[in-house]
Amino acid sequence: MSILVLADLHEGQLAGATAHVIAAAQQIGGDIDVLVAGEGVQAAAESAAKLDGVSKVRVADNAVYAHQLAEPMGTLLVELAGDYTHVLASASTTGKNVLPRLAALKDVSQLSDVLGVESADTFLRPIYAGNAIATVKSDDALKVITIRTTGFDAVGTNGSATIEVVNTVVENSQSSFVKEELAASDRPELGGAKVVISGGRGMGNGENFKLLDGIADKLGAAIGASRAAVDAGFVPNDMQVGQTGKIVAPDLYIAVGISGAIQHLAGMKDSKVIVAINKDDEAPIFQVADYGLVGDLFEILPELESKL
Amino acid sequence: MKVLVAVKRVIDYNVKIRVKADHSDVDLTNVKMAMNPFCEIAVEEAVRLKEKGVATEVVAVTVGPKAAQEQLRTALALGADRAIHIETDERAESLAVAKLLAKVVEEEQPGLVILGKQAIDTDNNQTGQMLAALTGLPQGTFASEVAVDGDKVHVTREIDGGLQTIALTLPAIVTTDLRLNEPRYAKLPDIMKAKKKPLDVKTPADYGVEVASKVSLLKVESPAERKGGVKVASVDELIDKLKNEAKVL
Ligand SMILES: Cc1cc2nc3c(=O)[nH]c(=O)nc-3n(C[C@H](O)[C@H](O)[C@H](O)COP(=O)(O)OP(=O)(O)OC[C@H]3O[C@@H](n4cnc5c(N)ncnc54)[C@H](O)[C@@H]3O)c2cc1C
Ligand SMILES: Nc1ncnc2c1ncn2[C@@H]1O[C@H](COP(=O)(O)O)[C@@H](O)[C@H]1O
Repeated sequence: MSILVLADLHEGQLAGATAHVIAAAQQIGGDIDVLVAGEGVQAAAESAAKLDGVSKVRVADNAVYAHQLAEPMGTLLVELAGDYTHVLASASTTGKNVLPRLAALKDVSQLSDVLGVESADTFLRPIYAGNAIATVKSDDALKVITIRTTGFDAVGTNGSATIEVVNTVVENSQSSFVKEELAASDRPELGGAKVVISGGRGMGNGENFKLLDGIADKLGAAIGASRAAVDAGFVPNDMQVGQTGKIVAPDLYIAVGISGAIQHLAGMKDSKVIVAINKDDEAPIFQVADYGLVGDLFEILPELESKL
Repeated sequence: MKVLVAVKRVIDYNVKIRVKADHSDVDLTNVKMAMNPFCEIAVEEAVRLKEKGVATEVVAVTVGPKAAQEQLRTALALGADRAIHIETDERAESLAVAKLLAKVVEEEQPGLVILGKQAIDTDNNQTGQMLAALTGLPQGTFASEVAVDGDKVHVTREIDGGLQTIALTLPAIVTTDLRLNEPRYAKLPDIMKAKKKPLDVKTPADYGVEVASKVSLLKVESPAERKGGVKVASVDELIDKLKNEAKVL
């Protein structure tokens, strides 16, 4: 078996997700190579070479791969995939954007959001917003898989893989990058944070999200949100936790003013400890919360911040 | 410009599914079905493009059993001009659907194809990307804004770090995210009118596409249930429990 892992990049650096994908690759077994593709990604390639379990890092450093646009990335993967039995990426917006192209061009299915490995061809994946877990077996010659990072603990960084240059340059006149508005934040990344505190429609407006800041500072937490809070414009889209947003599984998740719709639960119910703060004692979020506090968040949050 | 919209019949998003006792699949008997919410957003976007004079015709297409015609009628009531039903009782996975849609694209030559980013039953998030790869057309996935400008379309995408805008040459494939628009409801007169709009029925064989997939479903299980915990009476008790019982502070 031989596995190619597409590395995730964040502003040119290696993103934390990749170490989780390698862990999944180790469970499949076999040689593991990592593809780092982008522009100016030498540092990311060096970080990838340190991940435990990696044999070889293949680097495609070229302007055509800048911003990892789907069309050139898909073509590059098709060029390289012939050497492998499995191609993996994290179920990030990049992995989801690019990997299905590889699958289609190789005439194979893709398994999305895999959170467990049974064997080299049999995997577990959530369906129906995580309300069922399917065991699926793929008889395709090439397995194309996106990995749900919360299902696998990150590998360590004591590796020393070789780095090899990939010279393949593909043409792309169909798509071009225009601009990016990335949310700047000093807080930990939602997907990797040990503590997450999320606000919902109950927060009332964007200004009130500041009530979560002090608590997040004290706990070193990332801040998330429900879809309703994002739709209402309280906070940006990258904060949405749920079936169609980010999946998190921190040690502690605090849901504030969130009712607990199944689409929200899908994104956080694998957290170790869940706390819910809600004024409605019948809110469904209490059915999954380890600790529920019924009351007005505008009174509870300042008190919590001062007492932590 | 013609706009093609792909819609899927799925379980209503409010329904909580149950796994069959024999673990062969989820139980969909007597469960309320509806148009996939992301497909509603796709139809809405297409109809708005027509209202703006950018699109000249909106064609809705679905792959699925006979009952999926209900969702096509909904699309017609919402403003689509005609519909194509590719009828099959087999489980059509994303790859097979993408292959069928690629054939429809070849036949219909749309300027834009709009799909949902994800079907809320399989949660695959693949079909649009696969269709783009198979047709050789550029893709703008997870769109929160779509602006057609001459022979290009600007798509603003919801990505993990925030928003990204890309420019694509037309024809192009777009998949919708939640913030693209707020779909309208179908009005009764439009529902009546939709019954008379053209709806073509085809089969996968008409397109020479094999629906069977090499992925088999071995087993479906319920996830580990979370037990509801306790209610605490005060902030002090909460902090105490988190420190001394859960040991997460
Ligand atoms: C296709 C689709 C995909 C979706 N994807 C997602 C997703 O990824 N993530 C997601 O979160 N949702 C998603 N949703 C939306 C989901 O169904 C719910 O609508 C949403 O999660 C509700 O957000 P909320 O809990 O913040 O709002 P509400 O349901 O309105 O709940 C607000 C809560 O705040 C409480 N509250 C109000 N004021 C106070 C106060 N002063 N003090 C204390 N509590 C207060 C109320 O009691 C209530 O429980 C999706 C829906 C669809 C159809
Ligand atoms: N059976 C189908 N018929 C028509 N469109 C579909 C079908 N399956 C998927 N799609 C389209 O592809 C989108 C994404 O689905 P998926 O990739 O399966 O999660 C859906 O929102 C639809 O627009």
